[in-house]
Amino acid sequence: MINVITGKVWKFGNDVDTDQIIPSQYLLLPNVEEMKQYTFEPLDENFASTVCPGDIIVGGENFGSGSSREQAPLVLKALGVSAVVAKSFARIFFRNAINIGLPVVICKEVYDAVEQKDTLEIDVLKGTIKNVTKDQNFTSTKLPAHVMNILEAGGLIGFLNKK
Amino acid sequence: MGMTMGEKILARASGKEFVKPGEIITAKVDLCMSNDGTTHLNIDIFEKQLKAEKVFDPKKVIFIVDHNVPSESAKTAQVHKKMRIFAQKHEIPFYEGTGVCHQIMIEDFVVPGQLVIAADSHTCSYGGLGAFGTGVGCTDFTSVMNTGEIWLMVPETLKFEIEGSFKAGVYARDLILKIIGDIGANGANYRIMEFGGPAVKNFTVDDRVVLCNMAVEAGAKTGLVEADQIAIDYVKTRGRHDMNLYTSDEDAVYENTYQYSLDELEPMIAIPHCVDDVVGVTQIGEVKIDQGFIGSCNNGRIEELRAAAQILQGKKIDPYVKLLISPASKAVYLEALAEGLIDIFVESGAMVLNPNCSVCWGSCQGVIGEGETLISTGTRNFKGRAGHPNSSVYLASAATVAASALTGKITDPRGFVV
Repeated sequence: MINVITGKVWKFGNDVDTDQIIPSQYLLLPNVEEMKQYTFEPLDENFASTVCPGDIIVGGENFGSGSSREQAPLVLKALGVSAVVAKSFARIFFRNAINIGLPVVICKEVYDAVEQKDTLEIDVLKGTIKNVTKDQNFTSTKLPAHVMNILEAGGLIGFLNKK
Repeated sequence: MGMTMGEKILARASGKEFVKPGEIITAKVDLCMSNDGTTHLNIDIFEKQLKAEKVFDPKKVIFIVDHNVPSESAKTAQVHKKMRIFAQKHEIPFYEGTGVCHQIMIEDFVVPGQLVIAADSHTCSYGGLGAFGTGVGCTDFTSVMNTGEIWLMVPETLKFEIEGSFKAGVYARDLILKIIGDIGANGANYRIMEFGGPAVKNFTVDDRVVLCNMAVEAGAKTGLVEADQIAIDYVKTRGRHDMNLYTSDEDAVYENTYQYSLDELEPMIAIPHCVDDVVGVTQIGEVKIDQGFIGSCNNGRIEELRAAAQILQGKKIDPYVKLLISPASKAVYLEALAEGLIDIFVESGAMVLNPNCSVCWGSCQGVIGEGETLISTGTRNFKGRAGHPNSSVYLASAATVAASALTGKITDPRGFVV
């Protein structure tokens, strides 16, 4: 069961590629714990040290484009990011996020209406997003049932182990 | 209602007569491959989370060390060692330092009609042989490595009809940059890009791979070219004879169709920091460069090396510019040696590197510093892709990179070729 997610917003632009989320030179570090301090380094070198558990990433179009590195959603999850909301996602990032149990939410409208540090309340199951700071409500795209089952199992491994 | 060739491959792989876009299928995978960019994590998931003991078929799981090779640090060496030990234990094909993973897959494994899943975004390259390749992350890959199956959503297909012929100094690389510039970095998101038309029928496998390889830069799930005698000859001369040939039905449904003529195409450049920010070389103005790179899964094959050698022959590169050249595989390297291309490169002042992802990956070789500018045949020009976050990457053809290395600024190669 996925609970309602509440967190503060970190807002990024369009085409945030996976090289920005975690640059190539850190991918071969032995594990995600060592990698996570470099998250978003090219865009905001203070991100990893100031992000708080529960925070929410909001992006524009084509979030997570580029490489297939699963390290991208993994470092976000390791830092405690609770969800990523974007106008659209690149397909591999989207799949990877679902597979590791990081909720990814497609919503065209919320991006332009949200500011840095606003608080969002996301109900993934219902497909609703509330901007608590500005008291605005939005609808997000619902995930296909198969994809939702994977997310609810905490990711693909949990899903497969349950089968 | 007919099917596109991509839909036919997915139907065959999922044991169905018919599939349609939007449908979720469970497909059997013909081959899967992983490289040193993520395999250490895959192995952890395989052993610790899935607690799996066997790969689904040791002949169909391939490990390739190509991203940071030879290793540049003790930590990387440890990652490679972990891959080597796993490959030995499970008796799966293992390559280290013999080329970029996709080039090795095309030379040694892939045949038309296959479904290939690999832990690398440029797996879409295999469409050059009429195979459905698509990239996934660690978890998906590890599950495939264990079960031989994957769930996929059948994508819509976009058709690109190409006619005409290239003018001297213009290449398949320029065409795919032009297309991505037109449709945008997510213009084909979740879709198949199917390349066809009279021009593509005459393309070599190398040129077909150039088109399909960058499909992911427009967001596509894969790129595809129908396998014909050219593709069949390519795999048969390499000893592979079993294949499935698929063509799109005349009444197949395409989400959109685009027409391109090669006759009017000029050399194209993707400017920093988006692959879809593309201009013609004649519009680029004065852009000084610090480094050039020829190589990668997109543009390090023999035809690109020949194009570069034609321009560099008997000339010296700018004394304040570095030119790095990495043939895409051992086979390409040997071919270039036999043709005398390596002599031309070294004489011109270029550095010839071992076959690997090299500068395109921005982590192992030829990393650029703050404020530096690279012109590259690599796959991406994202901010910081080649090194310092405040550096710039321009993408162009091998000919444009070679011409630019001679002059020290981005240069139209058409003045150098006959």
